[in-house]
Amino acid sequence: MFRFEFMQNAFLAGTIIAILCGVIGVFVIARNMSFLTHTLSEIGFAGASFGVFMSWPPLNGMILFTTISSIIVGQLSVKQERRENVISAISALFIGLGILFLSLSNKNASYATNILFGSVIGIGQSDVIQISALSVVVLAVIFVIYRYLKFDSFDPIGAQVRGVNKTLLSIVFLILLAFSVSVAAQIVGSLLIFILLTIPAAVAKYFARTVGGMMTLAVGIALFGVWVGLYLSYLTNLPVSFFIATIEAALYLVALASKRWLKTE
Amino acid sequence: MTDPILQIKDLTAGYADSSTPVIKHLNYTLNRGDFLSIVGENGVGKTTLMKTILRQLKPESGSISYYPDDHAVHIGYVPQFRNIDGEYPLSIRDFVALNLTGFKLPWLSQSERQKVTEMLERTGLKHLANRPMGQASGGEKQKAYLAQALIEEPDLLILDESTASLDPISKNDLLDLVLEINQKFGLTVIFVTHDIALAKKYTQKFLMLTPGKFIQGDSADLSTEEIWGMMEAHV
Ligand SMILES: Nc1ncnc2c1ncn2[C@@H]1O[C@H](COP(=O)(O)OP(=O)(O)OP(=O)(O)O)[C@@H](O)[C@H]1O
Ligand SMILES: [Mg+2]
Repeated sequence: MFRFEFMQNAFLAGTIIAILCGVIGVFVIARNMSFLTHTLSEIGFAGASFGVFMSWPPLNGMILFTTISSIIVGQLSVKQERRENVISAISALFIGLGILFLSLSNKNASYATNILFGSVIGIGQSDVIQISALSVVVLAVIFVIYRYLKFDSFDPIGAQVRGVNKTLLSIVFLILLAFSVSVAAQIVGSLLIFILLTIPAAVAKYFARTVGGMMTLAVGIALFGVWVGLYLSYLTNLPVSFFIATIEAALYLVALASKRWLKTE
Repeated sequence: MTDPILQIKDLTAGYADSSTPVIKHLNYTLNRGDFLSIVGENGVGKTTLMKTILRQLKPESGSISYYPDDHAVHIGYVPQFRNIDGEYPLSIRDFVALNLTGFKLPWLSQSERQKVTEMLERTGLKHLANRPMGQASGGEKQKAYLAQALIEEPDLLILDESTASLDPISKNDLLDLVLEINQKFGLTVIFVTHDIALAKKYTQKFLMLTPGKFIQGDSADLSTEEIWGMMEAHV
């Protein structure tokens, strides 16, 4: 199947995205941000439609919208209790905007489907380069702030006591998350981004013994889903996001069941 | 002779959203190498005072000065409450190492690893290094909190009721260890507690917070009963 250039591109982009999602996902899970990640996907949809409306590449619109809304969320809701309500309000606003821009832009329905569900055929060489560049930037920032981010994610009170700048750190992380959401949407579509961003890390949490191990395992699980998903999609001609979602969800259920089973034994 | 590490002058402090301050007009000088206990009934403001010393709360009036200067005093704090998700794959060793922060490589250097191992040895956690924090017992957790606070070599260590949930033997173990570091390396310690007998056994000085008054004294001068009596007289 690698005879086709679009499959090469899809594999390359998918591999990079899986690595990125596995790494970021560990912090998404530790910081209890699954809900926000879900919402960022919806905001990403609005951004992509805005991009289409402006005749930009959808990815640029997504990055713009998710980054701005991340910063707003970060500013408004440093307090955990308030966060979910703020997020709900913001997400409603953005989904509305997404529908508006899409209808204003006169594009046909298949364009919307691509944004929502992702597309393999659509990924060209320049997309691969852009996806790689963004991923490398996100991973590099994580590399630099890793110790602070780990401390604050796994022991928030300890980090506060130590004087870690939590507000700054959480805004930086939200921006990194916004970039990751936008990048991941290119392959699984904006509806299913949270599948790659949360499930691999959630599964890894149950089986790893260290934070580093959790990250390695999460990357592995994301890679498995993307590779197998792409292969099955190539064989069957069905959407890749369907396969990735099914594989990851199945892994999660198996993990939950085996954890429970191990416990009762 | 006296070598202050922090000086509290006419301090009034509390929370912005409540009308009356918790701490009113407190004066106290803490010297380097002191082992001070802070006692007082629930809700009197012990934790609030600690948060003000840690600069998490701003004084409403008065001041806290640190010596030689504000940035030179490293404070290690073992807070009264902590929430660590028991399901995270965070071993006791990982947990202790979290406090080695900085813009550094994600993984620990050889010397950092050795430092963590030594700290685990000192706190009696070496055989539990790979146990997940979520599975550690209450006492083991307290030791891990202590090890985490000590690993960045603070000048001042604050223990906020760290011994409250421990059995008598573990209480003594933990405080023996703190006392040893206090005596060997001159670590200054503030020990917040409700256990007056324990305070008397380990600390030279005490500061009693009561709703209307602050009483300071030398632990050696008074019997446990006398200290109790003072506290009851002010409730
Ligand atoms: N975040 C907060 N906002 C407003 N008031 C608070 C806050 N935290 C504590 N208080 C109030 O300040 C007072 C002092 O609380 P503090 O926690 O300092 O007491 P404490 O002496 O440490 O008590 P304990 O022995 O129970 O730990 C209490 O009346 C408490 O209700
Ligand atoms: Mg308290």
